[in-house]
Amino acid sequence: MDLLEYQGKQLLARHEVPVPPGRPASSVDEAVAAADEIGYPCVIKAQVQIGGRGKAGGIKVAAGRNEAREHAQAILGMDIRGFSVQEVWVEAALDIAAEYYASIVFDRSARAPLVLLSTKGGMDIEEVAAEDPSAIARVHVDPLLGMQDFHTRRLAFAAGVEPNVVRPLGALLHRLYDAFVAEEAMLIEVNPLVVLSGPGAGGRGLEVTALDAKVTLDGNSLFRHPENARLRNVAAEDLQERMAKERGLTYVKLDGDIGILGNGAGLVMSTLDLVDQAGGRPANFLDAGGGSKAETIVDAVEVILSDPRVRAVLFNIFGGITRCDEVAHGLIEAFGQVDVKVPFVVRLDGTNDEEGRRLLAEADLEGVHVEATMLGGAARVVELAREAAAE
Amino acid sequence: MSILVGAETKLVVSGLTGREGSFHALANRRYGTAVVAGVTPGKGGQDVEGIPVFNTVVEAVAETGANTSMVFVPAPFAADAVLEAADGGLELVVCITEGIPAHDMLRVHAHLRRTATRLIGPNCPGILSPGKANVGIIPASFFSEGGVGVVSRSGTLTYQIGNEVAQRGFGNSTIVGIGGDPIVGSSFIDVIRLFQEDPQTELIVMCGEIGGDEEERTAEYVAAHVTKPVVGYIAGFTAPPGKQMGHAGAIISGSKGTARAKADALQAQGVRVGRTPTEVADLAAEILGGARA
Repeated sequence: MDLLEYQGKQLLARHEVPVPPGRPASSVDEAVAAADEIGYPCVIKAQVQIGGRGKAGGIKVAAGRNEAREHAQAILGMDIRGFSVQEVWVEAALDIAAEYYASIVFDRSARAPLVLLSTKGGMDIEEVAAEDPSAIARVHVDPLLGMQDFHTRRLAFAAGVEPNVVRPLGALLHRLYDAFVAEEAMLIEVNPLVVLSGPGAGGRGLEVTALDAKVTLDGNSLFRHPENARLRNVAAEDLQERMAKERGLTYVKLDGDIGILGNGAGLVMSTLDLVDQAGGRPANFLDAGGGSKAETIVDAVEVILSDPRVRAVLFNIFGGITRCDEVAHGLIEAFGQVDVKVPFVVRLDGTNDEEGRRLLAEADLEGVHVEATMLGGAARVVELAREAAAE
Repeated sequence: MSILVGAETKLVVSGLTGREGSFHALANRRYGTAVVAGVTPGKGGQDVEGIPVFNTVVEAVAETGANTSMVFVPAPFAADAVLEAADGGLELVVCITEGIPAHDMLRVHAHLRRTATRLIGPNCPGILSPGKANVGIIPASFFSEGGVGVVSRSGTLTYQIGNEVAQRGFGNSTIVGIGGDPIVGSSFIDVIRLFQEDPQTELIVMCGEIGGDEEERTAEYVAAHVTKPVVGYIAGFTAPPGKQMGHAGAIISGSKGTARAKADALQAQGVRVGRTPTEVADLAAEILGGARA
């Protein structure tokens, strides 16, 4: 579950990570009121779950109220790489002395949290990694030991941080780690993490602040974090993805015109690949899961067909716990309930496959084509989608 | 032989009294697996169709000599059940449960490293050694005894490939589902090492998918340490970056972790990679010397 920047900052602030003061706003008037309250100059930042907001014109500094209004008008409702801006975050503009990069990622190979630090902040860290890997300091933390002071010193000195910044930066990294563990994050990325210039600079009052925040939480742990579970940004979610979530299905929208349903994530991914190899473009990933019952199949058909781009649908089932006769019953039921206008290709193999195929043959549903193999199913559905597109 | 589970397996099931736990444990017993005990706190003294239930794993092990645990406990409590099985001294824990919080698995894995317990899973279909034992939810009827070892992150995709291999007349030594989560107890390398040592296994099929760099590391390991032929399959060529494809582990971030990078890494080290499950079965049959059907 990816959080918006301001949700991430509010989460970090709960763990005493310094963040600039700010307010969220979803209308121009709200944005102007927020700017007045925070004071000028301030920054108006589009809240979308995608990078490159600055380049797209989604982050602007306002010197006064008129500019705040102009910027809020321009940014709210703008489209950033396919994401429509519904909210802005208005925050105090800071005097920045240096921009760093810090993150904590879930390193699945090492099976431990990995903390990254670089003094080359403010740019795409993947570019930094490609150009100069030595500019990024890395330390794994033993999850049973937790972050220690030496971890933060090792990171800071290896990254080449100014000596007078090492201590405040270390304190911030500790708090980031606290947040990572307490909130059960999969990723916390702060880019840039800024060193502030101003009255405290050079003296003991030197400050570091998280100027951006990208936080990904573990969806599997949300039952322990009701306050985070409520953060879900439903407005930004796609209609089909929302429908699927409500029905307990795993659905991911893709950009093609062939609806896909299968059981088991690996098999569905493989099905997408086969359709692609056959020259087609999948419209979605949909995993009906293990032990799918007829009603799950009805739900899945509804979700897939609610997408107007879909020209043909491929069902690819290998029955294990899932029984092919249940899938056939579900499909027959769905055809009774939903007005189906596109052709279906169905491949049933595994548990009770013969019974499933017999049920489909008996029902003789219009536009349903049964195929014996995965490869045959993929080829057939691509052909049918092409015919539909040509009409 | 076979690996991990076999005739010597004595299984204790955590969560035996639950709907899923009892259904699959009884199916495993019908297959011939020695299911010797169940554990459900507070239900000690009861039984499930003759399988005695204990309150704790320690008690179950002391009374029955169980050496393998299967965990069917709901996600919020599963990490604790895995740790309890390790505490009970079991050599092997197979965790079927899906949806376990990733941070729970971080701690479990860090602890298990310090013990002699091997974990398979979580979020996996289990382990089947055809003709000997089935621990988990793999539909055993599709598979027969033979020389092909299979290790996979995915369940149904394994059945698909295993079935196509079977259609060409080849059976399996053991089929191991290592699970689709970001953190799993055993890696491809852990399982391939066992297949390399197993006299029954003639050829190894590994079934990977997008996310992480496990397949890339496995490629290097195979080149350096494995003399048996390995055939690979990678799912997720069409997966868009940043999207989670059902398995929590199946997410691409940046350039690393793509299906292309994985397939290339395997091929660069001499592992033949099939583009489709059918091609994987064809490659396996070709290497093993034509169809035996």
